[in-house]
Amino acid sequence: MIRTINLAAENANPLIPHTAELIVGAIAFTLLFLVLRRAVVPMFEKGFAARTEAIQGGIERAEKAQAEAQRALAQYTEQLLKAREESQTMREEARSQGVAIVEELRAKAQEEAARITASAHASIEAERQQAITSLRNEVGAIAVELASKIVGEALDDQARQSRIVDRFLDDLESSK
Amino acid sequence: MRSLHLLRMEGAGFVPPSTNDFNLPPVFSNNPYTTKPVLLVFLSVIVVSIFFIMASRKAAIVPSRLQFAGEKIYEFVRNDVARDNIGHEFMRFVPYLFTLFTFVLTNNIFGIVPLLQFPAMSHVSFPYVLAIFTFIVFHYVGIRKQGIGKYLKDIMFMPGVPKAAYILLTPLELATFFIVRPLTLSLRLFANMFAGHLLLLVFILGGDHLLKGVIGLKLISPFAFAFGIGLTFFEFMVQCLQAYIFTLLTALYIAGALADEH
Repeated sequence: MIRTINLAAENANPLIPHTAELIVGAIAFTLLFLVLRRAVVPMFEKGFAARTEAIQGGIERAEKAQAEAQRALAQYTEQLLKAREESQTMREEARSQGVAIVEELRAKAQEEAARITASAHASIEAERQQAITSLRNEVGAIAVELASKIVGEALDDQARQSRIVDRFLDDLESSK
Repeated sequence: MRSLHLLRMEGAGFVPPSTNDFNLPPVFSNNPYTTKPVLLVFLSVIVVSIFFIMASRKAAIVPSRLQFAGEKIYEFVRNDVARDNIGHEFMRFVPYLFTLFTFVLTNNIFGIVPLLQFPAMSHVSFPYVLAIFTFIVFHYVGIRKQGIGKYLKDIMFMPGVPKAAYILLTPLELATFFIVRPLTLSLRLFANMFAGHLLLLVFILGGDHLLKGVIGLKLISPFAFAFGIGLTFFEFMVQCLQAYIFTLLTALYIAGALADEH
């Protein structure tokens, strides 16, 4: 290269600029600068921004979806837990209620039974009394009739009759 | 346009390529605005504009091949050059750096595109213009950010240096910021493109000349062409590298102007 520059030095000085070329160079460069600054650089920048946006937007969207899913999962877990607790308490309650109901029914049944027994006892007692009374009357009448027949003597007097019968029955009871 | 070189070769004896090969006459009449480098520069503006407008038009989330290619170049300038060097304020400078990179790169690559085959940046005027723009941008940014007083003071009296050192440092720093930086920026690009193009001319025209010589020279000719082709790939690398360096240095100068202490 050095050799060629030496060669060049023999002729017209190549370091002297031409006016026309200076002007053209300035104009051409300025023209290109304006075109690139106005039409090219903003478009490239726009493209880069859009690309960055698209990539970042995608990541953000994915992150958002993941967060959403996580939140839903947490919510479901919580709901499930709550439901389980609720069912637990419900079962607990049902059991205690069941026990109470059974207890109550049993009490009622016993009461009813007691009541029935009592009324049975009462009616039996009443019937017995009635039976005793009627038996006493009938037995008396029969015995008197029998005795009168046997003795041959009519004991028409009511008061006397019953006195005799009572005495007879008392004797019977005391002899027992 | 290549025929120009061929025409020149008609005469007897090999005339080595020289700076005259860079002084192409206007295409139309005598208008200095229709020389090949001027037309190529305009072509580069059209090509770059159309390519990137097509690539960025849809700004789709899933890019097409074209959009992907455009985005890769844009991302390279935006992230690797601007953001990594300038820091959080980088977005303001992306359009400028992006234009610089694509403009220089396209014009450099024109040097090896068949039929075009001329790097406009080998005409020093264009690198000068770009260096002047960069010069204006980074000084403007520094002055806006820190105020003209503090900006100049920081350049002339680098903080944290013993007072006596200013005798040496102040002129050096002033020269660096106001002369060396724009000059090296433009000359580096110019010289690389100039030398690269000259080198290709030497091998291609040399090969062509050898082909017209006696039988022994004809046999050597393919080697010259093979070198020319190999150097074309090498040039492609240099062209990309120079576009990158120009843009990177601009970003570094801007970063330096933005920093509180350079």
